[in-house]
Amino acid sequence: MLTLTHFLVLAGILFAISVLGIFLNRKNLIVLLMAIELMLLAVNYNFIAFSHFLSDSAGQIFVFFILTVAAAESAIGLAILVVLFRNLDTINVEDLGSLKG
Amino acid sequence: MSFQAVVFYILSAILIFAGFRVVTAKNPVHAALYLVLAFFTASGHWLLLQAEFLAIALVLVYVGAVMVLFLFVVMMLDINVEKLREGFWRHFPQAATVALIMMAEIVLILSSPEAHLSDVKPAAAAAVAGEISNVKVLGRQLYTTYLLAFEAAAVILLVAMVAAIGITIRQRKDSKYVDPGVQVRVQSKDRVRVVKMAATKRQDDDVSDSNEQQA
Repeated sequence: MLTLTHFLVLAGILFAISVLGIFLNRKNLIVLLMAIELMLLAVNYNFIAFSHFLSDSAGQIFVFFILTVAAAESAIGLAILVVLFRNLDTINVEDLGSLKG
Repeated sequence: MSFQAVVFYILSAILIFAGFRVVTAKNPVHAALYLVLAFFTASGHWLLLQAEFLAIALVLVYVGAVMVLFLFVVMMLDINVEKLREGFWRHFPQAATVALIMMAEIVLILSSPEAHLSDVKPAAAAAVAGEISNVKVLGRQLYTTYLLAFEAAAVILLVAMVAAIGITIRQRKDSKYVDPGVQVRVQSKDRVRVVKMAATKRQDDDVSDSNEQQA
């Protein structure tokens, strides 16, 4: 019998994996963006699991909006990435210090 | 163990493996492909939770659009992967410690018997889901209770699209392109020059010329 705990624990593990990814790939902007997407997925799991087990569809509506905002965020993030690469020829976070005083 | 539980555990194993490969893959293209696998598996889980609309939206929007965008950008950029992975193994012990502690905390809290999370049963959900489809329920809520938020989400998408295009657009210097704005703004005084000249007396041989021009 599947319970709410199963899904919440799975979401927690997924979230921890993406935190690991942010620590490990701190120089690679693309993988950082991917880890953020994975984090949002883990959060969406929580919403959907609660929505199912409490039989309240509001959770699914929230997931809908999170998906929208995440899509917008990744589109703009990738656009910034492309401009960055065009101007600096790198996406290494270490090299992005031009705003440093 | 019921069929649903078997499916749940298989999908969970795939999901955790894919998530782990996303963050550890050497090649960003592989990372993006494993992320596709992760999203696909997640949509299977959401089907188990009877969120059919979102499961299909996840595949269409995420796998179909966002991940293709990711792959497109990853393949377009010519990156030196070795340079970006500097310090990967150096940070690994710390990162693994933090992640493990975080996971242990989350699991401990969620699985504590005091939380009574396992007692929550989707009793009414099954009956409701049998009568009305998931899409209908979501649609009704979206267009009534959450109409304002829905419109705001649409505006956010539009703004994101305009911003993404505006950020990346680049004018080529050698393109022979007409600026419509300049064309519209133009006024007659920019194009036509009215020259004042003193009137001159007409010569006889000029008369025949001007007659020909009029004809």
